[in-house]
Amino acid sequence: MSKALTGKALTSKEWPLWEVFVRAKNGLSHKHAGSVHAADARMALEAARDTYTRRMEGISLWVVPSASIVASDPGEAAALFEPASDKVYRHPTFYVIPDNVKNI
Amino acid sequence: MYTTELEKQRMASAQEDPEKLAEFDARVAADDFIEPKDWMPEAYRKTLIRQISQHAHSEIVGMLPEGNWITRAPSLRRKAVLLAKVQDEGGHGLYLYCAAETLGTSRDEMVEALHSGRAKYSTIFNYPTLTWADIGAIGWLVDGAAIMNQVPLQRTSYGPYARAMVRICKEESFHQRQGFEIMMTLANGTAEQKRMAQDALNRWWWPSLMMFGPPDDNSPNSAQSMRWRIKRETNDEIRQRFVDATVPQAEALGLTVPDADLKWNEAKGGYDFGAIDWEEFYAVVRGEGPVAKERMKARTKAWEDGAWVREAALAHAAKRAQRMAAE
Repeated sequence: MSKALTGKALTSKEWPLWEVFVRAKNGLSHKHAGSVHAADARMALEAARDTYTRRMEGISLWVVPSASIVASDPGEAAALFEPASDKVYRHPTFYVIPDNVKNI
Repeated sequence: MYTTELEKQRMASAQEDPEKLAEFDARVAADDFIEPKDWMPEAYRKTLIRQISQHAHSEIVGMLPEGNWITRAPSLRRKAVLLAKVQDEGGHGLYLYCAAETLGTSRDEMVEALHSGRAKYSTIFNYPTLTWADIGAIGWLVDGAAIMNQVPLQRTSYGPYARAMVRICKEESFHQRQGFEIMMTLANGTAEQKRMAQDALNRWWWPSLMMFGPPDDNSPNSAQSMRWRIKRETNDEIRQRFVDATVPQAEALGLTVPDADLKWNEAKGGYDFGAIDWEEFYAVVRGEGPVAKERMKARTKAWEDGAWVREAALAHAAKRAQRMAAE
């Protein structure tokens, strides 16, 4: 495990935080469920199993040190996502096809 | 489980950027969810940290009165069910602590606030569980009240809190039904068992009504929390809904709700019920509940006895990381 993954554990008395992702069944992607505190990766998996899959909610788990997640800044949301809003031509409904033309 | 808002909160949002504040208010008013990295007024953040952490503490302390009966459950089936329920309460506490942590507080800070008595938890858990019937009454009434409180919170304005509530609500229904089943079994049992069920109802009814918090005309923080959509319905509205739903369930059990003033009011389409002893409520809030000291002693002991495990796990992880780095 890299130092980045355990760095916080070495300096803080609190167990580091891990984000938990659960795959409900094969064919679906892992989805964020919540987080757990754990001293290491194995313990994080076990805590995630006890906390988030008590009712067969999943068949696979990912745990990721919360400190390793890079998130976009809500302040930049407009710059990042608004350019898509005036590009309706990226959707099929933008194009008008006559009713008598089928299978398109 | 659920905790009412028990502490005074600071209302004034001192020196917030008025433009950001207006944008925030508009988003909340439009039922948009607020997420952890979004700008939010400090008072909103503080109110949420307090409410979510107190809610989490209630789940954790709520494990104690029921945990008390795990070894004395009357059958293996009841024992397995009670174990699963108490484990759920622990899980609910963890979902909520995680939600509170997204607001910038830490788990250790929250635990410290509970143990030092600064943070409150639901008054209901400061009542003792004297007989097995109390386990039935807690599931039926206390978890029933919790469901009434928590269903509107699934639409609370803070995203991580709302998501935790969705998960909790899905699990809570089992808690209520297993409790009702215990009551049903006792109510249809021997005369002594039926007396036990009635006695549990007598003791848990009023404290359950108090779980919804002070009456609206004496709940000064409700208006701000409603405006922020942290809270979606008033204490009295939810309390009324609980009474209306629960009285017919008591009738189905053949038990009597311990309230001489209880009667159906055709005009309002709900029950009128007797006055709640708010002196008792405030005394329990002040920490004068029958088993308040025992509860905190048990929590503090569990935390202190577990300290060496937490430290050892960290030391072990550090040693392994060091070895791996050396290879």
